[in-house]
Parts: sequence; C-alpha cells; structure tokens
Amino acid sequence: MRRSARLLTWVIVLSAGMLAGATVLLVPRTPTDAASYRPRTVTVPPGTFSHRVDGEFIRDGQQADAPMVPIRIDAPVEVMAFQVTRAEYARCVADGACQRPDRPEDRGELPVTGVNYIDASAYAQWLSQRTGQTWRLPDEHEWAYVAGSRFVDDAHGIDPDDRNPARRWIAEYERAAARKSSNADPRTRPVGSFGANEHGIHDLASNVWEWTRTCHRRVILDAEGRSIRETRTCGVYVAAGRHRAPMTLFVRDPKSGGCSVATPPDHLGFRLVRQPEWREQVVASLRNRLRI
Amino acid sequence: MILAGATASGAAAPVLVAAPARAANAPAAAAAAAAEIDRLPRVKVDLVDPPFVHAHEQVATGGPKVVEFKMTIEEKKIVLDDQGTEVFAFTFNGTVPGPLMVVHEGDYVELTLVNPETNELMHNIDFHSATGALGGGALTEVNPGEQTVLRWKATRPGVFVYHCAPPGMVPWHVVSGMNGAIMVLPREGLRDETGKALKYDRVYYVGEQDFYVPRDASGKYKRYASIGESHEDTIAAMRTLTPTHVVFNGKVGALTGANALTSKVGETVLIVHSQANRDTRPHLIGGHGDYVWATGKFRNRPERDLETWFIPGGCAGAALYTFLQPGIYAYVNHNLIEAFELGAAGHFKVDGDWNDDLMKRLTPRA
Repeated sequence: MRRSARLLTWVIVLSAGMLAGATVLLVPRTPTDAASYRPRTVTVPPGTFSHRVDGEFIRDGQQADAPMVPIRIDAPVEVMAFQVTRAEYARCVADGACQRPDRPEDRGELPVTGVNYIDASAYAQWLSQRTGQTWRLPDEHEWAYVAGSRFVDDAHGIDPDDRNPARRWIAEYERAAARKSSNADPRTRPVGSFGANEHGIHDLASNVWEWTRTCHRRVILDAEGRSIRETRTCGVYVAAGRHRAPMTLFVRDPKSGGCSVATPPDHLGFRLVRQPEWREQVVASLRNRLRI
Repeated sequence: MILAGATASGAAAPVLVAAPARAANAPAAAAAAAAEIDRLPRVKVDLVDPPFVHAHEQVATGGPKVVEFKMTIEEKKIVLDDQGTEVFAFTFNGTVPGPLMVVHEGDYVELTLVNPETNELMHNIDFHSATGALGGGALTEVNPGEQTVLRWKATRPGVFVYHCAPPGMVPWHVVSGMNGAIMVLPREGLRDETGKALKYDRVYYVGEQDFYVPRDASGKYKRYASIGESHEDTIAAMRTLTPTHVVFNGKVGALTGANALTSKVGETVLIVHSQANRDTRPHLIGGHGDYVWATGKFRNRPERDLETWFIPGGCAGAALYTFLQPGIYAYVNHNLIEAFELGAAGHFKVDGDWNDDLMKRLTPRA
C-alpha cells in the first residue's frame, strides 16, 4: 500500500505531457508465444477494506492483537485465479529457470508445493520474461484484499490488559488445534478443488499456504496503543492462508519451520499478481482521481 | 553342578541341608499357597486407552489382592502420520501402546489374554515385572481363536514394560506396537528420597514407539494388502536400525492439539513413559522432573529436579511434576530430530495464573 501510494504521488507529479512519450518508450517487447504462458487471472477493482494488519504486536510489554486498519487499494489487482500448478512450474524447470521440486511432477493439476520464497520469486521472473508482463508475489494486504470473505481474521480478542501471557498461548494453540482437526486431510488436491471466493479466485485458505512478498514485522506499542518502534525482518516472509505464518525464505517444507508448539502450514505454494504497466497505472490513477 | 560348586566354596552348606527338606514339602506348600491365593479378595479392572490410566488407589487399602485383567489382541492397520502412512499394527487391546495396568506390590496379576480367530498370528506376553518362563511368554502362547489365563505375583515395585515375544518374531511384534506397561505401586504409595509420601493428581501414560516403514523406489512409503506381504520388507527396514517414525501413543500428533494432555497450575502429574525397543530421553520444555525414577523402579530413591531423563530401550520410567506456570508445554524425546522430524512430541495444556516471580519479560523485544 505504502509502495503504491508513493508511486501514485510520483506519477501525478509527472506532467501529463510526458505521458505519451513515456508510454511509447516503456512498452515492453512481447515474446511471440507470450499468450500461451499467460495464466488465467481475475481482476479485483480498487476499493477500501478494513484489515487486521500483519505482524506481531507487543503492547505495553504484552503480546496483543494487531489493529484493524482501513486500507485503500488504489488500482485494480490482477491476480491468478488459481495457485501455480505443478504443470506450470514444470515449464519453468524445463527452461532451466526454476529449481526442480523434491517431489516428481506426476500430477500436473495439483498446486506446486515444496517451494520456498526464492523458488516462487524465480518463477515470477521467468513468467515475466515469457509473457512480457511483470509478475510478482502479492503484498500481504493485497492477498487479504482479493481473498475477501476467505480471509481469516487471526485476532484472539483477549483483554489487552491481561497480564497472563499463557492465555494468549493457549488461545492460539486451541485455535490451531481446531483448525487442524476441522481440516484434517493435508493431502493436496487439484487446483479448483477448494472452490472460488466472491471474486472467482480459487483455493484461497486451502491446505496450501501462499508466499507473499511482505516481510515479517514486529511492532512495539505503548500502553495507549501508539507505535513506539517497528522492525521488519526481510528474510522472513508472511505466508498467507488459513492463518498468517512467518516463514524463513528458504523453507520449502513448513513442518520444519515451526517452533515446538506451533501448528505450521501444511504446504507452501504461491500465486502471483500482475504488476500493471506504466501506462495502466497512470490511467488507473487518473481515473481514480477523477472518479471516472 | 551348581550345588557342587557351592559346596566347594563352603558358603552354601545350609542350603545343602535345607534343600531336600524343602523339596519334600514343596507340593504341600504349593497347595497351601494356592489355597491362600484363592482366599484373597479379587478385583476386576476395566482397562482404559492410553494416555489415560484406569482408576486405582495410590496407597493400598487392605492386604494383597488378585487383580483380574483381560486384554484382547487386535491386529489392525493404523495410520502413523498426516500423510496417511499405514502399517499393520499388532496391539494389546487395540491401542499402541497397550493399556497401563496398575497393581500394588504383593498383589497377584491375573491376565486373560484373548487372541480372536480374526487374527492371523500367534501372540503371547512377556511381563518384565514377572518372574520366570520368559516373563510369562513361554506360558501364554495363543493362536488365533485361543485364549489363556496367566497369574503372576507382583514382587517388585516400579513401572515395567510388557510386550509380545513370539519365538522368532520378537522384534517384529514389538516394533509393530505390541507393548505396553504395568505400574506396581508400593503398598504405601510413592515416597521421596527421605521417605515422605508423594501423591499425584493425574497420571498419564506415554508409550513411545519406533516404526520402520518400507519405502518404494521413489521414496514413498509402501502399503501392503496383508501382514504376510509386509513382513520381509519390514524386517529389511528394521535392520537399518533407522526408524522412519518415532511417535508417542501410536501416531505423530497423538498427544497434541485437541488430544493434548491437560493440567492446571498447582497440580501434580505422574508421567509414565515406556519404550520397549529403543533408548529415549524425555524432557518437558519449560518444566522439569521434580522426582524422577528414570529406570522406573520405586525401591530406588527418585532423582530430583531433572531436566532430561534417560530411559533405556526395554524399560519404563516415571516422572512426577507439579506445574507452576500456565501455558503450552512440549513433552518430547530430547533427541530433537526424533521429536520434531520423526514425531516423538506431545503437548501439555496447563491453565492457571502466571507467576511473575518465576518469570517476567522486563523489556519488550527490540
């Protein structure tokens, strides 16, 4: 959000006169077979939503729920309708641009799993070259926005003045246990098996968690809830799914990424968003400004 | 031969005199003893599935009793993990491990062992706590469709392993889950190192099991249509001495999540832990063993304040702990690879008030 806001200001600062020239100059060269690589996507229009922001919040020395914050999404978000499949990933492997996953790609319709942040980023780069478009991992708040009703609020609703830290641990543990027992089968299923949300995006919050490009952060608040300090740990990224899990970038099997009492994601996979090109962004921002 | 040797040393001279007399009186004495046992009060125990333990007295009231148990052997497929890995398990009473039996020192254990005709294999039971006949193994061999009753006297207080030990197939049966434990309590209950009485509010039984599941050429765990088909591959996997799974109570995660063990701050818990085949080293993350009988025998003084305790393969141990802080505790085999990669971990969920004196975060993490 911050990134796009900054970009927006910058774009507005550019005079409209420069616009035509820039558009011509920045049109990327598109490979001739690009269409065959372009994934099925859904475009979610801009809007505002109320979001339980990501990160670990410490209020007055105690772990606390993250605040609900209204977030404005300025531009349409074009996102893959399905998680990247094994078959799709295999094309990147065949091109020598992606690392071969541990498990054989015998069932192409399954979502690719056993991929870490680096693998997912390599795929995004490869897909960008193949399609002549810009593909990247979503930000956590973008993922939450397009997930819509499938987004799971992970607040505990515990009294922030409670001085017993064990209550939060037990609440977290019980919720993880409930999640585990209600979704007992961790075997991956063909993409589309978990159904679509209101935007037509499939398999959100399935048993495959999705990498985002949002670095894990810790926010220290004072007793009144004002932010004193915020630290972001890049190298640990938020995996989005039935809950948000901070994952070290090289982890492929999330089981090993958990601590002794946490319930880790079943699998790690990903879906990408398309970064709009220059001219699209300008058009979107102008439309936004002019409310047309 | 032995008598001759003893005579030569001179030490066993009284035995030489006493032995013929005892031999002459033996049948009569045995008959008298049998009549005496017949007069003892009898109690029948309904066993419960681990990690729970059937109701019992910690301090025995009255004299020795004959305690009746019945266990039915069940051969069945069980699932070891979330990935659906299957093995044919051999079980005492349908569970891995078999149920924890509890009696007092001086009691007689009278076990009815049933091998239903739906099973395929011969089984028996070797009680490490019993004396003679391979722990009872030589007297309890039952084929499918048979049952037998064995009585033995509990002479040594402690927690002990029992397991199936059919000739030629002992390790296969043991690592297929066919083992459990018995607790023989001192009649006056547990004592600390100074003789002071120790009590527990709850007792849990954790049976740790190593499994050796064969894999196919691509590394996937194999499945078999019958016990017979699985035998050869399983033996080959066992001979690597490298388990594919090391789990508590029959399955990865059997004691976690909705099945986590529970307690409260101020409560004293006795954890009985057995491993019939392989060494283990229990550890309670964030807690301790207040009083530990690592090798499980109650005539030895308990060790105090342990961080980790060693239970050799083929042994049961007992640890007593009073919870002092609320929260989630992991109870693990502190070979952490076995705990977190192979499955040997369970959790305690403990309610209660936090004690700032024992621990408090003074500055938030930066």
